[in-house]
Amino acid sequence: MDKILVGLKRVVDYNVRVRVRSDGSGVETDGVKMSINPFDEIALEEALRIKERGDANEVIVVSIGSGDSQQQLRTGLAMGADRAILVETSDRVDALTGARIFHKLIDRENPDLVILGKQAIDDDNSQTGQMLAAIWERPQATFASTLVIDGSKATVTREVDVGLEIIEIDLPAVVTVDLRMNDPRYVKLPDIMKAKKKPLEQIPLAELNIEKAVAISQVKFEPPTERAKGVMVEDVAGLVATLKDKGLI
Amino acid sequence: MSKILIVAEHADDVLNPSTAKCVACASEIPDAEIHVVVVAANASPIAAEAASLTSVTQVLCIDNPLNVSQLAAIVAPQVVAMAEGYSHIFGPSTTFGRDLMPRVAALLGVNQVSDIMEVLGSHSFKRPVYAGNAIVTVEAPANLPLVATVRVASYRSVPDGGNATINSIEVESQSPEHTRLIELQAGKSDRPDLQTAAKVVAGGRALGSEEKFQLIFQLADTLGAGVGATRAAVDAGYVPNELQVGQTGKIIAPELYVAIGISGAIQHLTGIKDAGTIVAINKDPDAPIFEVADIGLVGDLFAIIPELQAALSG
Ligand SMILES: Cc1cc2nc3c(=O)[nH]c(=O)nc-3n(C[C@H](O)[C@H](O)[C@H](O)COP(=O)(O)OP(=O)(O)OC[C@H]3O[C@@H](n4cnc5c(N)ncnc54)[C@H](O)[C@@H]3O)c2cc1C
Repeated sequence: MDKILVGLKRVVDYNVRVRVRSDGSGVETDGVKMSINPFDEIALEEALRIKERGDANEVIVVSIGSGDSQQQLRTGLAMGADRAILVETSDRVDALTGARIFHKLIDRENPDLVILGKQAIDDDNSQTGQMLAAIWERPQATFASTLVIDGSKATVTREVDVGLEIIEIDLPAVVTVDLRMNDPRYVKLPDIMKAKKKPLEQIPLAELNIEKAVAISQVKFEPPTERAKGVMVEDVAGLVATLKDKGLI
Repeated sequence: MSKILIVAEHADDVLNPSTAKCVACASEIPDAEIHVVVVAANASPIAAEAASLTSVTQVLCIDNPLNVSQLAAIVAPQVVAMAEGYSHIFGPSTTFGRDLMPRVAALLGVNQVSDIMEVLGSHSFKRPVYAGNAIVTVEAPANLPLVATVRVASYRSVPDGGNATINSIEVESQSPEHTRLIELQAGKSDRPDLQTAAKVVAGGRALGSEEKFQLIFQLADTLGAGVGATRAAVDAGYVPNELQVGQTGKIIAPELYVAIGISGAIQHLTGIKDAGTIVAINKDPDAPIFEVADIGLVGDLFAIIPELQAALSG
């Protein structure tokens, strides 16, 4: 196959303890470490491995967001992507509009495969890949843990509630990846230097002429209700007694 | 009035309990008429179960041999073909629903509300974001069809007692040939199902091997509990993926959750926030799991489990 398109979303790093802003307008992002959504990093790693096996010629990373997302795209280039596209907007982009943006880029780039994370760890929506597949009228293989390319077909193992589901899809298609697909590589300093020379195209969102979907509005953020403080027991006898008290055994 | 369509989840001719939880969520919407659609290869036994759920007034069956596969590419067009007239279309936040519903939403040209945990009004809901570290109140446009998934751990199944009418319908939609089901490898187990079990015993990386993880299975059997695990335990190959609990595994709400040799990473805790009582057994007194535990016991699990077994069976 020729091209693989990979989405990289800039999100609050997964190690950060997220705090809700006191005015309820969102979560605190000032001075907070931002990273590539962990699932997207796995998506990119998989695309790079496919290319390194000789099954693809080019890996293109795409991000939708503010100019800051260039950092994540540069990291993607340092990992080994060939070029990057940033669709620039300072507005929040809803899932369907995001899918329409990817669809527009697909029209332009004609990729054989689009690999995305199964969800972004900020909104936890798990929608964009499925929506893209729907409007592109192509197969979707969500929550994938293995991906085997065979000419114009792919065999995908999906992690589902009852176990594993194996499906076969015709390419082009959208695959969304789960955590167990691979362990993403670390970027090395020379790769970061090299990545600076790789092409990163910036397209203002307005230029793409996307019909914006009606967003679901986010009215108010609040912290989750905290669990009541528990008790510590000294030994197994104490544990069993407490469980009996609560009527749990 | 709201007219709500719920897409039934099922396997092997049996309705999944997630459907009764979607009905529970839908019946919190004021002045709602609730229908269930069964898209299946053999809909009638499933429809009979759905028709007995309280609050459901109509069950619609779409029978087609192709529906042996419940993949989104196959089911979504059939749901969309009959969606007209409904103000809301709900599915569960299980892997079935999460695969399907966004495809339905996109075909209808709307965004989706994922993981409803609380109903505030016909178009206003609460849902978790950032692995449950924030709860957001969302409002969906009232003039468009509302597609949503229901966070099943937030709801209790509605009881039986309904008596809905069952109707077969035919829809015009083409089944795509580009997506083919090869095989479903379902884990076989006689233990209570992780997602619905009243009690769950879960183990983490500390168990150290597949063999030693048997300690968790044995304790679960003594308690009549289901078994869960952390991502670290699954990644290490101690147990299969369907046992993973957390942000990227299952979100569960048992009455009792016993976490053994589990540190309590944010991504794991997301999966157990709604548990009734959390018991933590960990040798590190500073492990974050103790911050959420109702009952904590510091010590070596390899000493504690045999003692606990003895105390419970004695
Ligand atoms: C995007 C993303 C999504 C994730 N999703 C999930 C998810 O869905 N579910 C999930 O579980 N994780 C998830 N993780 C991983 C998570 O961050 C943690 O790495 C994982 O939960 C740790 O598992 P653990 O508690 O078994 O292992 P560890 O963190 O290594 O903890 C082991 C614990 O065992 C204790 N211990 C060791 N020996 C003994 C002994 N002999 N007796 C008693 N206690 C002992 C230790 O003190 C320690 O607290 C995710 C991570 C990312 C980045």
